[in-house]
Amino acid sequence: MADLRRTKLYDLHVAHGAKMVPFAGWEMPVQYPMGVMGEHQHTRAHAGLFDVSHMGQVILRGEGVAEALETLVPADILGLKQGRQRYGLFTNDTGGILDDLMIANKGDHLFLVVNAACAEQDIAHLRQLEARGITVTPVTDRALLALQGPQAEAVLERLVPGVAAMKFMDVAEFDWQGATLWVSRSGYTGEDGYEVSVPEAQAVAFAGALLDQPGVAWIGLGARDSLRLEAGMPLYGHDMDAGTTPAAAGLGWSIQKVRRQGGAREGGFPGAETVLGELAEGPARTRFGLRPDGRAPIREGVTLFDASEGGAEIGKVCSGGFGPSVGGPIAMAILPAALAEGDTVWAELRGKRVAVTVTALPFHQPSYKR
Amino acid sequence: MLKYTEDHEWLKQDGDEITVGITAHASEQLGDVVFIELPEVGREVEAGEEIVVIESVKAASDITAPVAGVITAVNEDLPDAPGAVNDDPLAAWFFRIRPTDADLSGFMDEAAYNELIG
Repeated sequence: MADLRRTKLYDLHVAHGAKMVPFAGWEMPVQYPMGVMGEHQHTRAHAGLFDVSHMGQVILRGEGVAEALETLVPADILGLKQGRQRYGLFTNDTGGILDDLMIANKGDHLFLVVNAACAEQDIAHLRQLEARGITVTPVTDRALLALQGPQAEAVLERLVPGVAAMKFMDVAEFDWQGATLWVSRSGYTGEDGYEVSVPEAQAVAFAGALLDQPGVAWIGLGARDSLRLEAGMPLYGHDMDAGTTPAAAGLGWSIQKVRRQGGAREGGFPGAETVLGELAEGPARTRFGLRPDGRAPIREGVTLFDASEGGAEIGKVCSGGFGPSVGGPIAMAILPAALAEGDTVWAELRGKRVAVTVTALPFHQPSYKR
Repeated sequence: MLKYTEDHEWLKQDGDEITVGITAHASEQLGDVVFIELPEVGREVEAGEEIVVIESVKAASDITAPVAGVITAVNEDLPDAPGAVNDDPLAAWFFRIRPTDADLSGFMDEAAYNELIG
């Protein structure tokens, strides 16, 4: 694994018995001795600590930075208040999704968090904005930690007084032992919690201080995936890609009214005609939740049909596995939008058709602090 | 005396039948088991034939027949409680097979298996 990058917390993961695997060019912990199921349940019951330092952190500055980013992202950035964060997408000229990201308004700049696998490409994409006088600065000296679960608030408040007052999708800066933390109340688990950007020099000490608190344990990528799947959250490269439009990915909600047809700042981003037309007319296909009968998981790539025998192929599972909190197999797929909750489709598993119920997302109700 | 396969199965000779399960090492590698599909009793199988589907939270894998023969019994409790494979892999047997050739001397003993898994 010589070419893989390591986060500042690598040694700490190994010391905690992590199984390290290659992920998006990084050597990351997939699980700890507690195991995927235990780590998942721990996060839902207590507080899970995730190293997400592999994700790309980027600062955008300059006059008119919000308007500038709106040329690449269909979300309402101009209307994003200082101290608030919003989910958004980079689209391409055909209306496909290049990546999904978080955008925070920090007053004199925007702070973005992008997927690790897309970070290099996203930064190159953002550099188009330099022509508009915007500076694009990748943040390379900070780790990123997520603390998620019902005990996250109490734990972080003990170390960083003030964070308990934050609401879902608030962002703020706090001091911890001389280090400036960039904190957002958000995450990728469906639980209340925080994401904390911490200077690399203090990252190990800060993670150690969190782990010293009762109820906190390291959680690996395995449980991160089952947690986000139960929360109905899409994963880039699986549930969406450059060939998937926002409406097909079930992410139309990330495009606010002001950017849609008839809005004050309609369009003006790559693929706008396709994206907005589809939102106005309703997409032909969109993302659904799936609950297979029985216990067998239906995983990514499994083909779905509209009949128990013969019939037509209607799509493939894009994310699927076992939902520990649900207590059974769950999956997501992009299927004909005419399907409705409660309908049955069939998955072909090892040569046999398994009945699958179409369900609403999420599978597990989130517990955000609004 | 248990015997072991390179596919991390344990084999226990019971008269003219062999009981088959997976080792603790295999169950640790698999992670939390969430689904098991067992073969039908009476099925004739070839050595190396994939006859059990086992899925963990991480991935799907197969368990193969260690020898050619006929399946004489399966552990009916397992599909409803697949976690038993993680809790006690030596107790959580999968199936019994009446082999065409009862000689297990070609399989590893415990010392050889421990050497394999290092």
